[in-house]
Amino acid sequence: MDALQQIINGLTLGSLYALIAIGYTMVYGILRLINFAHGDVLMVGCYLAWFGAVMFGLPWWAALMGSMALTALLGVLIDQGAYRPLRQAPRISALITAIGVSFLLENLGLVVFGGRPKAFQRPEVFNQLLQWGDLRLLSLSLWVPIITALILAGLLFIIHRTRLGMAMRALSRDLVTVQLMGIDTNRVVAATFALGSALAAAGGVFWAMKYPQINPLMGVLPGLKAFVAAVLGGIGNVTGALLGGLVLGMSEILLVAWLPELAGYRDALAFVLLIGILIFRPTGIMGEELPE
Amino acid sequence: MKRFAHLLCGLLAICLLTPLSAGAAEPVKLGLLLPITGSNAPYGQNALRGFKLAQEARPTVLGRPVEYVVVDNKSDNIECSNAASRLIQKDKVAAIVGPLSSKNALAAAPLCEAAKVPMISPWATNPLVTQGRKYAFRVCFIDPFQGQVGANYAFNELKARTAALMVDVSQDYCVGISGFFERAFTKLGGKIVLKTMYNTNDQDFSAQLAAIKQAKPDILYVPAYFTEGALIARQARELGVNIPMLGGDASQADELIKIGGEAVEGLAFTTHFDEQGVTTESGKAFVKNYRQLYNEAPDSCSALTYDAYNVLLDAIERQQSLDPEALVKGLEATKDFPGVTGVMTLVAHDAVKPAVILHVDKGKFSFLTTVQP
Repeated sequence: MDALQQIINGLTLGSLYALIAIGYTMVYGILRLINFAHGDVLMVGCYLAWFGAVMFGLPWWAALMGSMALTALLGVLIDQGAYRPLRQAPRISALITAIGVSFLLENLGLVVFGGRPKAFQRPEVFNQLLQWGDLRLLSLSLWVPIITALILAGLLFIIHRTRLGMAMRALSRDLVTVQLMGIDTNRVVAATFALGSALAAAGGVFWAMKYPQINPLMGVLPGLKAFVAAVLGGIGNVTGALLGGLVLGMSEILLVAWLPELAGYRDALAFVLLIGILIFRPTGIMGEELPE
Repeated sequence: MKRFAHLLCGLLAICLLTPLSAGAAEPVKLGLLLPITGSNAPYGQNALRGFKLAQEARPTVLGRPVEYVVVDNKSDNIECSNAASRLIQKDKVAAIVGPLSSKNALAAAPLCEAAKVPMISPWATNPLVTQGRKYAFRVCFIDPFQGQVGANYAFNELKARTAALMVDVSQDYCVGISGFFERAFTKLGGKIVLKTMYNTNDQDFSAQLAAIKQAKPDILYVPAYFTEGALIARQARELGVNIPMLGGDASQADELIKIGGEAVEGLAFTTHFDEQGVTTESGKAFVKNYRQLYNEAPDSCSALTYDAYNVLLDAIERQQSLDPEALVKGLEATKDFPGVTGVMTLVAHDAVKPAVILHVDKGKFSFLTTVQP
């Protein structure tokens, strides 16, 4: 019974990691930019949803939609302000800028929202407690994998079945050539950031529903874990991110459950996994061998 | 001619300014080292309110105005060390009030010790903070006492015979108090059936709680900071862990109730101060002023910081000096000081004073009892 409960716990946590990792990995897959600000964009998304729900009394789905739209806008603005000037610069410059954007958002959050955490409301639909004998499950935990799967399907559709997706895939191969073919690369990149940021907001809102406390530094840890999950699954591979998230969530829970003395090393486990995968299989679980 | 006029103006200005700067007494500068942001932000912000109130009520010492510099340690050890160095080297403060958490206090104390700047922590309860140090003080009780009070309450009032512990292994406070609780509880005849661990900023506790559910203890002892405490309580109820929960002084933050909601209902904890348990005249005045100014009940951090300020100023006044050696002597001699958190005496740099037990009742902290040392 205990083991089953732990597996449920692991799947719950894993699907939340996966939800956040999908957005992370998508931006990387297309732009080859590790967007370290993803976790902080997620935080802004949570606050926007919180404002929507608490200040304007919107129902949760409207708050979620509004927050996704505004966060998408934020993603475009970040791209315009921080990344576009560096499009032709070495990749490391964009990476460092991403870290800068992350600090900027965190500290801006501290100034604007204050350092005291806010309580996030969990809508009734997600607040039902399901029981079978001794097993307990929050209805939210059932919904998160469904929503993750829906978002994944939607994303795969956009990437593989639409013109925008085709442009994105082409862009991931060679930005300059795509430009020469008469495609407005700046618009495609902006669309990628908009999509990635909206996904961050969605991931953040569900994260905040599960762990109902938001503060300006809340994005750091989920962001890092999602990064590990994305690398684990093969960074750039959207389906891999799902797998990576589940593996990470499950191993964290099982570590705490089976080796309680090592429970304090839970975050370390995530990074040990990261180091391990980078040494033994740098392209991740689902990653393809890169041609030289 | 124009140049001459300028010169004249300049001379006039100098004449006007000089007497002003020479006449005013040089201010006494204090450092305030608090977690204004980060995971301990609510404690730090309340402490700042308490400090401001204290400074407004008593703005001068030795006939000189008291000035203070607030620095944020972001609830982080590295930031805390940097901030302490800044107060010591750049601002050259006479003494430091803070930090709050034991972890941060343990980071700042060695720097204060080396620079010979007295440091008074309002809230750090881990015994190691002042142990073997000449310049580190505190105005709160220490965890051997708090753990004992918690264990007595668990064993005698809650009639618990078995307990499970949840320990934040990255907080010196949590590790310390859990150990003292375990010792006291076992001595009373109780048994610790399970000890699980987590880290600050963890958000998922389902694995630990599922294990606790299997162990079926009578109570769960979680001396957690509210950030983790509120989430632990919620997830415990969601997993069907319905045993009473007992915490320590770090539970006392409004956010615990705001975030924990119904899940923290009934949670009891040991702490330093509650407005319903005020025993001194100064305490009554403090509650009145605090409520008037901030429109809410004062908590332990604000009250203790208020006391730290007054204990420090008393020591300065008694010694008639800001010299660090004299200040240490003055602080060591603090006896039967009528603070807002009760009458206290500093013994070996730690305050000996009563503790109070509160619990969450209908969405509010409610006073249960006061325990004398």
